[in-house]
Amino acid sequence: MADIFDAYALADAWDEMFERPGEVRTAYEPVLAALQPMDPAELRFRADQMARSFTDRGVTYAFAGEERPWPLDLVPRILDALEWDLISRGVAQRVKALEAYLADAYGPCRAFEDGVVPWRLLLNSPHFHRAAGPVEPPGGVRIHVAGIDLVRDEQGDFRVLEDNVRVPSGVSYVIENRRAMTRIFPSLFAEQHVLPVDGYGQRLLAALRAAAPDGVTDPRVVVLTPGPNNAAYFEHALLARLMGVQLVEGHDLVCRNNRVWMRTTRGEMPVHVVYRRLDDDFLDPLHFRPDSVIGCPGIMSAAQAGTVTLANAVGNGVADDKLLYTYVPDLIRYYLSEEPILPNVESYRPDEPGQLEAVLDQLDQLVIKPVDGAGGQGIVIGPQADKATLDRVRKEVVADPRGWIAQRPVALSTSPTLAGDGMAPRHIDLRPFAVNDGRDVWVLPGGLTRVALQEGNLIVNSSQGGGSKDTWVLTDGGPASAADPEPAGTPPPVAPRQLGPDGTTPKGVQEGAQQQ
Amino acid sequence: MNDVILSRIAEALTWTGRYVERADATARILDAYLHRLLEDPWRDEDTACRSLYAILGLDAGGEPVDMQQVLDQLAFDARSTGSIEGALGAARLNARSAREAVSSEMWECLNSTWHALADQRTAARRTGPYAYLELVRRRAALFFGLADSTMSRDDSWRFVVLGRSLERVDMTVRLLSVRVLDAAHAPDWPTLLSASGADEAYARVYGGFGDTPRVAEFLILDRDFPRSVLHALTTAEECLTALGRPRQDPARRPIGRMRTRLEYLDSAALEDGLPHLLRDLQQACMASAEAVAERFFPYQGPVEWAREGA
Repeated sequence: MADIFDAYALADAWDEMFERPGEVRTAYEPVLAALQPMDPAELRFRADQMARSFTDRGVTYAFAGEERPWPLDLVPRILDALEWDLISRGVAQRVKALEAYLADAYGPCRAFEDGVVPWRLLLNSPHFHRAAGPVEPPGGVRIHVAGIDLVRDEQGDFRVLEDNVRVPSGVSYVIENRRAMTRIFPSLFAEQHVLPVDGYGQRLLAALRAAAPDGVTDPRVVVLTPGPNNAAYFEHALLARLMGVQLVEGHDLVCRNNRVWMRTTRGEMPVHVVYRRLDDDFLDPLHFRPDSVIGCPGIMSAAQAGTVTLANAVGNGVADDKLLYTYVPDLIRYYLSEEPILPNVESYRPDEPGQLEAVLDQLDQLVIKPVDGAGGQGIVIGPQADKATLDRVRKEVVADPRGWIAQRPVALSTSPTLAGDGMAPRHIDLRPFAVNDGRDVWVLPGGLTRVALQEGNLIVNSSQGGGSKDTWVLTDGGPASAADPEPAGTPPPVAPRQLGPDGTTPKGVQEGAQQQ
Repeated sequence: MNDVILSRIAEALTWTGRYVERADATARILDAYLHRLLEDPWRDEDTACRSLYAILGLDAGGEPVDMQQVLDQLAFDARSTGSIEGALGAARLNARSAREAVSSEMWECLNSTWHALADQRTAARRTGPYAYLELVRRRAALFFGLADSTMSRDDSWRFVVLGRSLERVDMTVRLLSVRVLDAAHAPDWPTLLSASGADEAYARVYGGFGDTPRVAEFLILDRDFPRSVLHALTTAEECLTALGRPRQDPARRPIGRMRTRLEYLDSAALEDGLPHLLRDLQQACMASAEAVAERFFPYQGPVEWAREGA
């Protein structure tokens, strides 16, 4: 019988579901068995239900000027326990190294003195803020939340594509994706043990409270948003709701005597930790862009005075610069004396002697990225670019070698994705989220899997028309905590329910009236 | 002119309120449970389903139970007022028998809901019960919203609200009982919160951590959350005060006593005496409901007449 996987032809990349055509990987067996018998109309029906549910809940994003429901593909992306162990250790290691680098860069600068990283990398960075120097982060944490972008290469190995330690976004979609999947496609979960993702709000709040200035016993945490017009506003509101804290905008806050207060109907209340979801540049018009109207004047001075903690810290951009990315494996060895668990993608640094020429020679075979770009903007994929684009990039790279890196194009792994009436392979990546509370770096099981919905496309950002997948981390089963050691007996009796008239006519009474 | 209300109508109104609330609460509990079951990798379906039966006061029987059976019995069974469909059916028929006392909008809400259930049930068998449960929750909210905005604050309205409040206390106590009496079978604290629709309200008060016995405190003692026991008891007492005589009211007495007991209870005493408290709460609700029935709607069975000498 024809089914939706009939026309599935493996692309020239690692496929997440199939080892070879028709040969499914073990972790995917139950999902494939559940999906295979479904006809396309059935899947369409669920996809529509999903879209409607996202629209109703306001889980939308702006694409080409219109509000669209968050695109979630019906086929989950599955990571088995072994794969996840590697990823979570690798991500935590990376965050620790970047944390050490930030402490160093805004402190003793050992790595530069020792020649591990060139000075110019720090001093040329547009994200290096002298204002961040005097800030002593409580618990030594500057990266409270990180999003580390991973891809899986042709051999099936996970590699780090980039680090996000400023204001990484997307975690709300992880939570909403799971919510939508369990409600709209419950049968898929029947056979497998999937680690839950709903502990995120709790972990984040614990980390933010732990980051409060010393001596504050009951810290007040707020989420600072640029406002409802921001593309990630939904996420800001969701996180505030999950944590039960106030969602504030810049003008809700006021700074006086190097303290931050929020204006409430009961007077001004002190604020101790600000989980800020706006960029450094807009945070404080007194220190950064004077034309910012969404920031809070004076908040940076309060942070310097140590009366308020900004999470993530100001100036973190020097650590997720794409040029610094090429040094992260060295930083891991230097600060942690460990070998990197997750390798980088092979990269060139055009600003180093000799490398610029090497890049220019093979420009049409490399991926060229601006070191500052976010959301997939400005990336040129050499093998797919036309001559005019390549010429333009060539000029730009020559003019500003520090502004670019070049990487080997990785054929991102593919996963079956609903396209038209059947399944087709589409490229995916993975952004796990890590929360650092100062003692431990915790990685949310799974993360955001983004999928490029057009055939062959390698850019997965939603602002570029990408979709997403629910990401499952399987466990071997068996309770992690021995919560209920005693065997299950019979539940205790609970009183029966009171019953009232159920509206049916009592026995023996006739309907006496005749209709006339 | 119309300042009196027939006993029969009063009873129908009370039970309309109760049954709609029951359907709403059951839908919330099922939704929270189902979601938790799918999200919890260490689940045991049989145990979870049994605790659902325990909460809802039904006998699970000796055979292993699965979710489909739970849905069939606790959601789709039109013959039992312990299931969503039965409760909504009974609410509809009760409202019909009090058709001139409830507003047309309220009646239409119940009637259209009842007719919409069949389609949703068919869809639920295909794609899971989420949409079905969501419809139930929404229509219950619509019904009480309409009661709020279309009914005068007279005795009719009070009976609807009284029924809803008593059912609320009962449901919250049931949820907590299973947790307190037998933790092994019980849903975890976050599930309890979402089953009471209280997760966001709780997070705002206690800052996000829904995994402690403070959840019990919140669900019983919080003054502001409408599904808390204290809040529902207070509302029920207000209705009874307005309905009944000022003193020596056997319907109001058990409710008022429990409310004052809760008013002055501190956290430590709550934790120690929780099993007793829950039992007393349940008994108070039953006693009050029975006294209400006795006083306001004394039931007289149909009298069968027989011809002499026949």
